[in-house]
Amino acid sequence: MSTSKIPEILRRNEAALLDDWTAEQRRSIDLTQRLSEAEIRTQSRRFLQLLQEATVRGNVVDTDSEAYREVRRFLEEVSASRAQLGFTPAETATLVFSFKQSLFAQIRSLVPDPVDQVDEIWSATLLLDKLGLYTMEIFQKSREALILRQQQEMLELSTPVVRLWDGVLALPIIGTLDSTRTQTVMENLLEKIVETGSELAIIDITGVPTVDTLTAQHLLKTVTAARLMGAECIISGIRPQIAQTIVHLGVELGDIITKANLADAFRVAMQRTGHTVVRKAMVSAKI
Amino acid sequence: MEHIPILRMGEFLLITVQVDMHDRLALQLQDDLTTKIVQCGSRGVLIDISSLEVVDSFIGRMLGNIASMSRILDAQTVVVGMRPAVAITLVELGMSLPGIRTALTVERGMQILRTEVAAIQEDAEAQASEENPGGSPQV
Repeated sequence: MSTSKIPEILRRNEAALLDDWTAEQRRSIDLTQRLSEAEIRTQSRRFLQLLQEATVRGNVVDTDSEAYREVRRFLEEVSASRAQLGFTPAETATLVFSFKQSLFAQIRSLVPDPVDQVDEIWSATLLLDKLGLYTMEIFQKSREALILRQQQEMLELSTPVVRLWDGVLALPIIGTLDSTRTQTVMENLLEKIVETGSELAIIDITGVPTVDTLTAQHLLKTVTAARLMGAECIISGIRPQIAQTIVHLGVELGDIITKANLADAFRVAMQRTGHTVVRKAMVSAKI
Repeated sequence: MEHIPILRMGEFLLITVQVDMHDRLALQLQDDLTTKIVQCGSRGVLIDISSLEVVDSFIGRMLGNIASMSRILDAQTVVVGMRPAVAITLVELGMSLPGIRTALTVERGMQILRTEVAAIQEDAEAQASEENPGGSPQV
């Protein structure tokens, strides 16, 4: 393979390849909305340069080798940036695969012998396929990282612990309680209990769509952990259906205080902390 | 032999666990504490575990045992300042320590002990006066 003519072709016909390739990229996909032609050209030129250096220094088809490090880094950058710009996988992959046509055309005209030609085209295919797949892999990875980050953010967003009163915390849970979320919820709540020295926490499950045995168990765990630390929990916002489900499932809530809504729970919390709420004057109905 | 110090504060005993509890130490504590309760006639025990970072099921069980033993010796136990991580670990281990009273801070723990002990005393007095309604004891 070291006798491959690809490095030479790349070097000698850089300008022609670049023109051809840029045109091909513009033809094959509608990049112009997100990338200017100048940008495409700059990216293509940089890729050609790096590829040429790499093919001169190393084995043409061995893209995992040290010689291709710069090429790989360049592809990582481009593909990550394209993932962020919202390119589709196909559009990102086209970056590398569209180069095939230009390169093959050059090989066809510069390598006259049919046997050599097939050999050269085979190595070029191998090389570009590997680089293309690598691009896809990076693209996928950056998309996955994006999803993971969003998941994390959602997790944090959905478990706020709010201070209702001196020594009274509220934890409105919205969405389904799975094991990972319960862990976050539990940790958040317990940390906050220590931080604020609150002895009462109201867990409001109005926003929890369904309660199954697992969810109930998670709730019980949270309440027990809080109790171990010296704080008491009130579970509020239990909807009629959920009350039925809990009983049908045979979940024992033990001596945990449960209330139908947050207002009732808050009233209990005020009583426990020794406060009374008194209305000072009747507010006349204003319309 | 290492010991966890047990401080006497009036009718209460104060234990602050400031080292990692290993099994021998926990057993030693159990020994020392029961002796001390009897010796001092204590009515309440306050165990501060706010420096304790690692627990296992054995230590969890020891805490439960200590509470039960104290109760038999007529002393109330309050465990104070358990860390979130410790609480989660104990719950995951399935130990909810139902017999133990807990509080967030030493101050609150003391308050609980005082009210508990006062309530028990009142109960005892009420019972005594019920049994002997005629002659209330002169003070």
